[in-house]
Amino acid sequence: MTDRRPFEIVAGFMPLLDSAVLVAAKEKGFAAGEGVDLTLVRETSWANIRDRMAVGHFQVAHMLAPMPIAANLGLTPFAAKTIAPIALGLGGNAITVSVALWERMLAHDAKSDLNPATAGKALRATIAERKAGDGAIRFAVVHPFSSHNYELRYWLAACGIDLENDIEIVFVPPPLMADALAAGTIDGYCVGEPWNTAAAKAALGHIVTVKAALWRASPEKVLGVAAQWAERDPDALAALLRSLCRSAQWCASPQNHRELADMLSARAFVDRSADWIMHGLSGMLDVGGGEIRRVEDFFVPFAQAAMFPWKSHALWFYSQMVRWGQVEHTPENAAIARETYRPDIYRSALMALGVAFPSANAKVEGALTTPTPVGSMGASLTLGPDGFFDGALFDPDRLDAYIEAQKR
Amino acid sequence: MPGPEPTLSILIIDENRLRAVVIEDGLRDAGYTNLTIVHDVVGIARRIADVSPDVIVIDLENPNRDVLESMFQLSRAVNRPIAMFVDRSDHSAIEAAVEAGVSAYVVDGLKRERVKPILDMAISRFNAFARMAHELEEARSQLESRKLVDRAKGIIMKTRGLTEAEAYALLRKTAMNQNRKISEIAEGLIMAAGLLAPPEDK
Repeated sequence: MTDRRPFEIVAGFMPLLDSAVLVAAKEKGFAAGEGVDLTLVRETSWANIRDRMAVGHFQVAHMLAPMPIAANLGLTPFAAKTIAPIALGLGGNAITVSVALWERMLAHDAKSDLNPATAGKALRATIAERKAGDGAIRFAVVHPFSSHNYELRYWLAACGIDLENDIEIVFVPPPLMADALAAGTIDGYCVGEPWNTAAAKAALGHIVTVKAALWRASPEKVLGVAAQWAERDPDALAALLRSLCRSAQWCASPQNHRELADMLSARAFVDRSADWIMHGLSGMLDVGGGEIRRVEDFFVPFAQAAMFPWKSHALWFYSQMVRWGQVEHTPENAAIARETYRPDIYRSALMALGVAFPSANAKVEGALTTPTPVGSMGASLTLGPDGFFDGALFDPDRLDAYIEAQKR
Repeated sequence: MPGPEPTLSILIIDENRLRAVVIEDGLRDAGYTNLTIVHDVVGIARRIADVSPDVIVIDLENPNRDVLESMFQLSRAVNRPIAMFVDRSDHSAIEAAVEAGVSAYVVDGLKRERVKPILDMAISRFNAFARMAHELEEARSQLESRKLVDRAKGIIMKTRGLTEAEAYALLRKTAMNQNRKISEIAEGLIMAAGLLAPPEDK
């Protein structure tokens, strides 16, 4: 350490399992080790995170991966230019339905195996037997510009469910999901952990499938960074990125999971039982009624280049914004989405750490069916498996064709 | 300068009832009469449709801000486009609002001059409320420390056979010697006495 003053950085976060990398960076001293005086501020809404970053209260924040893209496309009520130079892990979400809906799905051969195809088929059959006047099945997600919104829709559409007429999608804050299920205002939801476990433990809901089954090794949260600040203070940002990388390595190690779960369960962070948090960390989910299912790669903080801000991830989110009518597809808009993710900053900041990172900026999503060694700098790197459950591929070089095909 | 327009419809969403009243009073005093207050956002879409507000004021602590914004996104509940704050480019107004913990959503097309005084009023009322809450907290803690000192005095009087004035003098001297607050010394003494006391009434 030199004798310069520490970089003062304030980060906003939401109480979720995948705030782990930020929380551990502070609590385990990884930030301090890189000369960063990191202050964490828990927030109550993504809107607050966006606004407080725009007015300069936060330099960086835990963000839904599509949020910076939406901000730069001018789709949110208010936002400053935001970049995503690092991701905060892969996976971490699940889809939960009410016990009542689950029982109806069971009558249509739903299995407690988290398989999205059979669960979707059962849901479709349940919808088909509804009588006139029964109303749409109502699912909740946390935000219009969230991977939850897109993966829920992707799942339903791929299973042949009519999103226009049979499904209503509403928005509920994560900690209130289980309550909304209990109150009967929604029939199901897609949210990050521990808010699926919350319903399973209370016997209010059943977890029907997980993000890792819908799209293995798929992007979830990023570190949103105020672009102006990043330009003004690149050294501070680089130091923070290094500390997050060290933190993610620590978070990924199973022998640290208990300590991490205890840390996150504190009132200042997720404020829920450490046992709940352990389910998501270990990938041993309690799907409901104490039934435990092991999920490969449920939440991946570090392996498989989990922190790399792939431009193909940004473009997939963009393709879904277009698909669901949030933005018009133009070459300019696609470029804005692509430029939001900044692998260049990631590489230059982490070069010194000797960690593995890919030599490419984008990849064909869903192409790897087995763990595959790939071209990398630094240490060797293995990616995948990363398939979509319906076998589709997303080739970022064929964006127009993908968008066109989704209209059908 | 034109006076406020009583017809301008303002919806206030605040889970803190006291603060909502404080804001309402301020706006009423300023001549706005078409006010609606909502504490609970359950069924808010319906309320917004019914009230059809020109301006929505909501506290930043409300976790349902995301819910509200998504409704604007869908533009079903509110069938007019909504922009946040007075003007996206008015950075100082936005900053003041966020600092105060208030957020305002304004129907697009509503002139900035008409909304600015409402937002300013909401901000000043939020700030006033925060000050009031802080003062209340201070008064409460002052009361607490006086109670502690009284109890500590009682213990000293009993155990050392001193008068009240002597007991207080002893506490003050100890506090001065240790450069601590008298209430801290009192608290320590009460705790120590509790630990050492025979378990008489247990």
